[in-house]
Amino acid sequence: MAIDDSSDDINLAELDDKELSLQMQDDLYDGLNNEIAEGTSILLDRGWHPQKVLNEVLVEGMRIVGVDFRDGVLFVPEVLLSANAMKAGMSLLKPLLAETGTSVIGKMVIGTVKGDIHDIGKNLVSMMMEGAGFEVIDIGINNPVENYLMAIEEHKPDILGMSALLTTTMPYMGTVIETLDKENLRSETIVLVGGAPLNEEFGRAVGADAYCRDAAVTVEIAKQLIEERVSQHQQSAIQ
Amino acid sequence: MLSAASSALIICCGALAREIKTLIRLNQWYHIALTALPAELHNHPEQIPEAIRQKIGEGRKQYKRIFVAYADCGTGGVLDQVLKEEGVERLPGVHCYGLYAGESRFQSLQEQTPGSFYLTDFLVKHFQRLVVESLGIDRHPQLKSLYFNHYTEVVYFSQQPTEALLLRAREIADQLLLDFTHVETGLRGMEKILEQKIPLRESVNLSLNLDQHRRVV
Repeated sequence: MAIDDSSDDINLAELDDKELSLQMQDDLYDGLNNEIAEGTSILLDRGWHPQKVLNEVLVEGMRIVGVDFRDGVLFVPEVLLSANAMKAGMSLLKPLLAETGTSVIGKMVIGTVKGDIHDIGKNLVSMMMEGAGFEVIDIGINNPVENYLMAIEEHKPDILGMSALLTTTMPYMGTVIETLDKENLRSETIVLVGGAPLNEEFGRAVGADAYCRDAAVTVEIAKQLIEERVSQHQQSAIQ
Repeated sequence: MLSAASSALIICCGALAREIKTLIRLNQWYHIALTALPAELHNHPEQIPEAIRQKIGEGRKQYKRIFVAYADCGTGGVLDQVLKEEGVERLPGVHCYGLYAGESRFQSLQEQTPGSFYLTDFLVKHFQRLVVESLGIDRHPQLKSLYFNHYTEVVYFSQQPTEALLLRAREIADQLLLDFTHVETGLRGMEKILEQKIPLRESVNLSLNLDQHRRVV
């Protein structure tokens, strides 16, 4: 590993691709925005495809962060700093990904439910889903059911994500799902729910397709459910 | 503070311990012992139910009756499952704020202003440790805007307010760049619930009114 003698800082440009990838994952873990932006630029300059930078460095780095958060090694402040660092890399990659017309795995509308203004978890999920190749339409906080319906009508998403931090607001997810049922939109939309006070039992009780414990798990579940849906459609088409 | 001479035990959140201790003293509920769990558990509510189960197990060896002075406190109903298994009751509601302010008043405040950040006497005193340091804002000031981005006001539900507490609560609101509202709740809400939930036949003077005695606290 190349070390700049004049300081303790590592000179990222002197690292080979593998070393740089690993160093960037460390920097992501430590929430170092500038280093992530610099490393992303270096890899792009070396001819890496933006999707490769995203998948092999940033998403993989956030996956490690997610695992350590789950295991109690990292806590919310550290995860937020990592997420901010990932944002710094994403801001460079996003326009390039749009230009290259990278294929989208699926589309997600996501928002925090009515009465709830907490969006840290939702923002993490949005970023990780974007990183994994989903198009994400974030409708923000404090959303009454009408907002979800409008967003579904406008964007026709594969997935609807709902988030809540408060035990007082989480039951509203059930209201939204009931309304989707009444409007005959439920079967067309995968519904994922998440938030600190939720659990699997609650997810089942309100009729969601899945409860997602954290942002990394959301990505895994979303991919799995989209794959299942595609295979169901294919089977239906054959029959 | 476990006492062999007591016949009932309250297992409470550290955020309520001082207030309940005050009520025990003022009402002379000498048969009630009090034990507390760290208030920091609120930052990890998933740990609350099992921590309480353990305290109940310890308390059963010594006390005929146990009461849990926790609301749901972000456990999403898991605390209720544990308490059902243990046959122990808890404070009503989802947060202690509702207990202090009155459940309907608290709900109405929440609906009117979802962006309210609530303080109690305890939280005002320990804001730096429980909020600023626990959330990493002291080490990473940039996190403050992430946490408080959508909040609009600080609502201070005071139990036994002093000039110093009011000043500190206002400072917190200023620090967070939020509006400030002070609502004096006193301790009567908590007192009423404890009167209902704990057998008070050994109480010396049930008619003691806390408000008459506030100045001595």
